[in-house]
Amino acid sequence: MGAFVKLLFRNRLAGFGAVVLGVIVVLALITPWLPLHPPNETVTANRFLRPGTPGHLLGTDHLGRDLLSRLLWGTRLSLAVGFAAAVIAGVVGAAIGIIAGYFGGRTDNVTMRGVDMLMAFPYILLALAIVAALGPGLMNALIAVAVVNIPFFARNIRGITVGIANKEFIDAARLSGMGHTRILLTEVLPNVIPVIVIAMSTTIGWMILETAGLSFLGLGSQPPQADLGSMLGEARSAMITAPHTSIVPGVMILLIVMSINLLGDGVRDALDPRLRSGALTRPLPATQVARKSVPEVPARPGLLEIDALETQFHVGKRVYRAVGGVTLELKPGECLGLIGESGSGKSVTALSVMGLVASPPGVITGGAVRLEGQDLVGARYERLRSLRGDKVAYIFQDPLSTLHPLYRVGDQLAEAILCHHGIGRAAAMERAVKLLEDVRIPNASARARAFPHELSGGMRQRVAIAMALANEPDIIIADEPTTALDVTVQAQVLALLDELRRERGVAILFITHDFGVVGQLCDRVAVMYAGRIVEQGTTREVLDDPAHPYTRRLIACVPELGEGRRVMAAIPGLPPAVDNLPDGCAFAPRCDKATEACRTGEIALEGGARKVRCIHPEGSVREATA
Amino acid sequence: MSIALKATDLSKTFEIGKRLIGPPRGRVRAVHPTTFEVHAGETLGIVGESGCGKSTLARMLVGLEPPTQGSIEIEGRALDNADPAAFGRLIQYVFQDPVSSLNPRKTIREILEVPLKLLHGMDRKARAERIAEIFEAVNLRPEFLTRYPHEFSGGQAQRIGIARALAANARILILDEPVSALDVSVQAQVLNLLADLKREFGLTYLFISHDLAVVEAVSDRIAVLYFGAVVEQGPAEKVFAMPRHPYTKLLADSAPRVGQPLGGVQSGELPDPLNPPPGCAFAGRCPRASDRCRVERPELRVIEGDQLAACHHPL
Ligand SMILES: Nc1ncnc2c1ncn2[C@@H]1O[C@H](COP(=O)(O)OP(=O)(O)O)[C@@H](O)[C@H]1O
Ligand code: SF4
Ligand code: SF4
Ligand SMILES: [Mg+2]
Repeated sequence: MGAFVKLLFRNRLAGFGAVVLGVIVVLALITPWLPLHPPNETVTANRFLRPGTPGHLLGTDHLGRDLLSRLLWGTRLSLAVGFAAAVIAGVVGAAIGIIAGYFGGRTDNVTMRGVDMLMAFPYILLALAIVAALGPGLMNALIAVAVVNIPFFARNIRGITVGIANKEFIDAARLSGMGHTRILLTEVLPNVIPVIVIAMSTTIGWMILETAGLSFLGLGSQPPQADLGSMLGEARSAMITAPHTSIVPGVMILLIVMSINLLGDGVRDALDPRLRSGALTRPLPATQVARKSVPEVPARPGLLEIDALETQFHVGKRVYRAVGGVTLELKPGECLGLIGESGSGKSVTALSVMGLVASPPGVITGGAVRLEGQDLVGARYERLRSLRGDKVAYIFQDPLSTLHPLYRVGDQLAEAILCHHGIGRAAAMERAVKLLEDVRIPNASARARAFPHELSGGMRQRVAIAMALANEPDIIIADEPTTALDVTVQAQVLALLDELRRERGVAILFITHDFGVVGQLCDRVAVMYAGRIVEQGTTREVLDDPAHPYTRRLIACVPELGEGRRVMAAIPGLPPAVDNLPDGCAFAPRCDKATEACRTGEIALEGGARKVRCIHPEGSVREATA
Repeated sequence: MSIALKATDLSKTFEIGKRLIGPPRGRVRAVHPTTFEVHAGETLGIVGESGCGKSTLARMLVGLEPPTQGSIEIEGRALDNADPAAFGRLIQYVFQDPVSSLNPRKTIREILEVPLKLLHGMDRKARAERIAEIFEAVNLRPEFLTRYPHEFSGGQAQRIGIARALAANARILILDEPVSALDVSVQAQVLNLLADLKREFGLTYLFISHDLAVVEAVSDRIAVLYFGAVVEQGPAEKVFAMPRHPYTKLLADSAPRVGQPLGGVQSGELPDPLNPPPGCAFAGRCPRASDRCRVERPELRVIEGDQLAACHHPL
């Protein structure tokens, strides 16, 4: 709660809205106890007194009634009616939305058609029609405004409910013996209440305005009862001669609606979880860089060198050290595997190469990434953009993140080609089809006209690979490209990548958590744990003769086909949180060989081609150092 | 050995693109009539690729999805109307996504109390005792009970999911990809926990996964599903070591294994579920396919001893 208020007031406008609204609401609440003239007391002798007249701070209206008193009583009424309308619309609309969304099928179909029909009318017309049918009066105006707003709530809440009804915890609740009513009340409702509150806070302002509108037309509150709309309506005839009678309620309406809307927007943003991580602030085009020093460029630069790279996420006061000094080198035409468990920093390493880590909150705080000797960290955005796709291409786990859902895959490929080569549309299209053939898509010219959603997961990933190949890059960074695929499809995609690499000499940085895949595809492998490389060497060496205790035990955890029934080796505990790394070796809390020395100071990654970050390495590396 | 779970000709057809009035736009046979038994104390593994009907089959077995046809018998009792509450005492489900299977707005204690209260009508004191017992069985610390799901890692959340299934006191658990969302080091922890629980409480498992090695490591028998039908069934040690159905062989060859060369680039795709082929669903990808395969659907039959396959030309 405290965090919510803080977040709310960080948004100045929302804070301002909250203060203004707070003052108005307090005034409205204490109105009956204020020393005011009775609001309906007519003194014809005092007609149209100007504001500032002693005894009548805001003057009087055409019947000599005290405007201040009418304003406060009117505000009280308008707020109450608007609030009541919002609550009614919210409750009824949410009930409809929840029921339609939860039960789905025919119930959903029928109710939502009805709601659509209501929505098809211009709402003010609908409101007028309802009041015309019920007769004028404040209560009827309230009903009209509520009814007119029900569809908005019903639609919103239905959408949210459909998402929740498909969650597995609803199934779990049914299996725990809950009936539908209980599920709706205890499982679904608590999850939609925040949405209902947000929807109410962003619409209550309009509902007050709409009620005022109806009263202004004489369809709402009836004389002599004052609400803001009827005050405006009655002042209309004296607009020129006594403008203050219109201005006073007008300004109040403005203040109320404005403050509610500012506050409502603030509430919505503050409840949005994305705001907490800073994702709603405008992202920078390339990852922010804050390096204290830049590593020296070696005499003979390689193809791609990641040199002591450090990437952090700064969220509030916390610093997540996602990548803590990673050094890797990718040689032309080789496939380097980067393996580790989720959260170990593989993806952030990969994204840092081309400055693709979202900023804020991401910051590259140290090291360098050199492409043929040129540092990419801190390079100008234009330069990074011209290299993206052309020199270095990415393939992600979810191909839909690279493919636009609304364009045909052939057009997207052609677009990618045209981006870096001005060869004309027709030629680009021809190359696009050729690329689809290269990635073994059957019937390539027909499939080029398909939309991404019309393809299976495996086909989509092939298109993403074609996309990566479009501009003949030297390097492909593949971040778990087969993790979401079935084994038979995975085997196809891996074979394809391997073939492309051999035929075209593309270097691949292959990120995965699967030792089997590394063993089949990669020449060398680096093992990552808690943001650092803990072991590195040729695939054979590392898999057959792991030197780091983490590597050895992780390999032992993986069941292999053909080993039969067995008890699996497990590593107790969890990887450390990267915002709270222990001193010394990050694996020490889970390591059965840990000694005092492991828990202090920096443990270096040692060795030549074969590197290990461990004081007590295993296997042949131990024998070599002993 | 008594039979814990028996499905007879169980099938499910989904109607696609339902309209307000009139027939649906299409029908998809998610599960073809399937018959199998699981013995008490056994682990039956079910493997298959995404979309082959694993989860639909599992959801029918716990009453979350009404079958189009067929019957289910649990511990000798026929359960024919899909009522999850009636099923809940006998058979429970552990979900794939440990986080989305826990209501984010309830504490762990509140989640675990529901089955105790609604399925077994326990009073407060009995519930607290039972929850403490279960929590210890799944190796979780009692102070976790007052926390909310988002405070847990995937592996811990999956333990909580298992605890909830145990709370219902069912003796049969359907484990639907219980470790797929977990990292290998944590996966092993959960698999070992499942093995311990099985021994301790005499449970029967139906273990669904797309990971062949995991299924082989935990199962007594394995059924291989392809395109909504069981294509092979047999003892765990034989199914992948000596496959009888060409699809099982393709699966086994595709599983990434250190030192094994990469397979072929081309091995075809699944048929279109809205427009299934008339004969064997695997014919389009099968190196042994004959003309007979393209017109006549093979039935699941005994090939040799305890190995069954649905194939005209088994290996
Ligand atoms: N946008 C972000 N904000 C804060 N922390 C993040 C963000 N993205 C990633 N992280 C943190 O960085 C660490 C490394 O993540 P990642 O590189 O995605 O791991 P991997 O790819 O190995 O699974 C994790 O601890 C993760 O929580
Ligand atoms: S440095 Fe020490 S704690 Fe770390 S892996 Fe090596 S032996 Fe274990
Ligand atoms: S029935 Fe024919 S096509 Fe089907 S798997 Fe057997 S051999 Fe292949
Ligand atoms: Mg990742």
